[in-house]
Amino acid sequence: MTAVADAPQEMAKEIGQERRRKEDQRLITGRTRWTDNLTPPGTLHLAMVRSPFAHAKITSIDVTEAKNATNVVDVLTSADLGESQGVCINAWPITPDQVAPAHLPIAADRVAFAGEVVAVVVARSAAEARDAAELVDVEYEELPAVIGIKEAMKDEVLAHPDLGTNKSALWVFDSAEAGTGGNADDAIAKARTDGIVIEREYRQQRLIPAFMEPRSVVVDPTGEQITVWSATQIPHILRFALAATTGVPESKIRVIAPDVGGGFGGKLQQTPEEMIAFAVARRIGKPIKYTETRSESLVSAHHGRDQWQKLTLAAEKDGTVTGLKVELEADLGAYVAIVGGGVPVLGAFMFNAIYKFPAYHFACQTVLTNTTFTDAYRGAGRPEATYAIERLMDELAAEVGVDPLEVRAKNWITHEEFPFTTVAGLEYDSGNYELATEKAKELFGYDALRAEQRERRERGDKVQLGLGVSTFTEMCGLAPSRVLGQLDYGAGGWEHASVRMLATGKVEVVTGASAHGQGHETAFSQIVADRLGVSFDDVEVLHGDTQIAPKGLDTYGSRSLVVGGEALVRAADKVIEKALPIAAHLLEASVDDVKFHEGSFQVIGTDAKLAIGEVATATFAAHNLPDGVEPSIDADATFDPVNFNYPHGTHLCAMEVDTETGAVKMRKYACVDDIGNIINPLIVSGQVHGGLVQGIAQALWEEAVYDEQGTLVSGSFVDYLLPTAADTISFDVDHTTTPATTNSLGTKGVGEAGTIASTPAVVNAVVDAVRHLGVNDIQMPCTPERVWKAINHGTDGGATEGAAMPHFDPDAEPGTASTEGAGA
Amino acid sequence: MTRINLTVDGAKVADDVEPRMLLVQYLRERLGKTGTVVGCDTSNCGACTVHLDGTSVKSCNVLAVQADGAEVTTIEGLAATYDGGELHPVQEAFRQCHGLQCGYCTPGMIMQSVALLEENPSPTEDEIRLGLEGNLCRCTGYHNIVKAVQHAAEQSSGATVGAPAEEVQG
Repeated sequence: MTAVADAPQEMAKEIGQERRRKEDQRLITGRTRWTDNLTPPGTLHLAMVRSPFAHAKITSIDVTEAKNATNVVDVLTSADLGESQGVCINAWPITPDQVAPAHLPIAADRVAFAGEVVAVVVARSAAEARDAAELVDVEYEELPAVIGIKEAMKDEVLAHPDLGTNKSALWVFDSAEAGTGGNADDAIAKARTDGIVIEREYRQQRLIPAFMEPRSVVVDPTGEQITVWSATQIPHILRFALAATTGVPESKIRVIAPDVGGGFGGKLQQTPEEMIAFAVARRIGKPIKYTETRSESLVSAHHGRDQWQKLTLAAEKDGTVTGLKVELEADLGAYVAIVGGGVPVLGAFMFNAIYKFPAYHFACQTVLTNTTFTDAYRGAGRPEATYAIERLMDELAAEVGVDPLEVRAKNWITHEEFPFTTVAGLEYDSGNYELATEKAKELFGYDALRAEQRERRERGDKVQLGLGVSTFTEMCGLAPSRVLGQLDYGAGGWEHASVRMLATGKVEVVTGASAHGQGHETAFSQIVADRLGVSFDDVEVLHGDTQIAPKGLDTYGSRSLVVGGEALVRAADKVIEKALPIAAHLLEASVDDVKFHEGSFQVIGTDAKLAIGEVATATFAAHNLPDGVEPSIDADATFDPVNFNYPHGTHLCAMEVDTETGAVKMRKYACVDDIGNIINPLIVSGQVHGGLVQGIAQALWEEAVYDEQGTLVSGSFVDYLLPTAADTISFDVDHTTTPATTNSLGTKGVGEAGTIASTPAVVNAVVDAVRHLGVNDIQMPCTPERVWKAINHGTDGGATEGAAMPHFDPDAEPGTASTEGAGA
Repeated sequence: MTRINLTVDGAKVADDVEPRMLLVQYLRERLGKTGTVVGCDTSNCGACTVHLDGTSVKSCNVLAVQADGAEVTTIEGLAATYDGGELHPVQEAFRQCHGLQCGYCTPGMIMQSVALLEENPSPTEDEIRLGLEGNLCRCTGYHNIVKAVQHAAEQSSGATVGAPAEEVQG
């Protein structure tokens, strides 16, 4: 075992290098395998007939004309497919009494959101299928639709009348009950008499993941197995769901996620369209293909966020926090999607963030509405939590009258205090918030920008400068299976890896993580190259195919490296362990006299050695192995993490706000993230940049908007504002390194960090720019209109549904300060 | 059906197409040029960008019949990489600067960048950002795409004194 333990320190040649990606050659030359590029011979194409109504009874479906159209093979309804269509599962019922409607891939007699599939056309070409879809005559009897959380909470109009309520589940965590802290209500009551109470209600607008590759699925039932190619993040989970809900044996289903064009959580779903394609392929016996249009994607692929957050923070007059109470209402949409209900629960442990709250109460009420179902979107629960607490800390700083960084430093966990058990019951293994903040301030030029802000304010400049702070942490690396079990999640959180030593000395690495742009092939090659002392180019990483990588739990929750990478390390270490006795035998030495060093087994004190590739070749030939040793040095490992993983960082944003027009402009953005040891700095930088822009986009541009009838009015890229290159700036990104203590490589997840951190930094900056004008909140996205209204009317800029305020005092003007207590 | 004759990535091709067929559909479905992809249906995303007679166009916004007689270059014809040839400098710059992640927007982004640099060989950062405004990327935050275009511009202007800080390793 010494041989193994020595390996990582001695061989960090690849880890830390800015390797250019192995993936890139095919992607920059167009030799790609997107699902939509695949068309097996004889493929038939699907077009979905979708409901234009948010809520309606289906009174009749006449498919005659469509069926008679040229080159149409069949037109099928829910009744036609029956049980063969399976069901869309909810893998995370967050409470035992959760109310959830059955979710059939094709609606049977009632539709619950605009865009829901009511029939499917099968034709020889996609264009003919789409033409015929227009000919399907569906009669609807419109029902009242419930849109928006506030309406849903009233239970007057029901999204699913048969359920009797829109309220799906109430999930509660209380630190006093859990024994992890005090009573939040007591802390708030005390602060009302002699401290500070900050009460706010924030809106997390609904977002759309908007991966660039529209979803596509090809199902080929030819032969003994049914092969499914899908633009999915979760081939393994999809295979399980297909088998579990259709009765087809899992062993008869092969799911392949070929090149997948982004996901961001949006492809973490078992979709109705996948189920329909699977059912149609089985029924007709020919390959079936369905590729959505962008407009279909925006209305039918799951949405994210969508919460109202009622927040109460208690503090002493000097700004020391004493309690936090969080009451969320979260919109599930029309159905409880695969982990839809669980998303806000993932945030439940993060509202206390990096601060030492002595008391904490969290409650989340999920509701059903007649809108597209929601589920994970980059960060999933944690951006919402981080936004709330980082906005509140700025409000607290304003109340105390100190710099936002000062109030944070007063309350954060100091680096000497790790490992630290939080009021939410998590154990943070490592971190150094002071260091990251110092470095970020320097990178940003914090003091100089504060001076400029003062100068502009004194001068009465019509363009004001605001500085926004976000000192975030997150829990990622999903997840310890035992904890998932305690949270009633339907599966585990382990990951699997295999290392296969080929006869030619090359190494095949199989991972159960399924990349869709993250660069696993490169980063995992670096890890294995170092671990086994082989060349980076000699490592081939295979993934995303349930036949090649039979075990896996896929990619989401910043888990690939910290869970999947650790599985890989353990598999590689097992290879070395298995190779050692064979190498010793071949070297005619005792096992105790042989050590593994830089890719070779060497007899200690001599020049006699064998490269691991040579051992692999000798093992393949198997002519001369020790007695009783199997002719294989391949190894598998399945790693179940013991804890989550806690990256953190300090993000600083400078925004310029034109007080006459409300226009906002990003001036500078600097961040210092601590993600532990870095495998490939280039890939990390890309993850950070992309994450930042998605978070900034929530702050400034994106929102999925429904009208009162339940029509998604931001249903195309004309209306849903993805940022362009011209909207964004270049960022200053740096790192501090506090290695994680719960995986051998000391790594922390980075995939979601930028998105989690950036949104509050931007909004804090915008508010900071105009706080002196009496503004303490602007609802996201901070459009010029909202900013202008906030400045001129003292509101938060107005909501897109109902009134954002007042919440605590019905007589107060909407958006006026709701801070109360003796400190106010 | 309408007969069209055109040159795509250097090869002369002819087909009967429906008048409604888009150029991107023709490229993908009839010629198997699947390197060019479709990302939206409102000509916002630019994933399908190709060069039509030397000008960058969104091929979802051009009918196949409009390309009759034209010369079309797709990402697959930008450099003769199949014959062991070198990458186009812009392709190389995207790789070098990590200007792509999932790679779905990349063919369009590269074709647009090539066109941008042909028009303006030494663009400023703002000019690059404006020049790529019609191409959406969801992964990179554009940071490294902008760097890639800057890098390509430096390389072709012969300003190799400021060559990449990091050498190509892979």
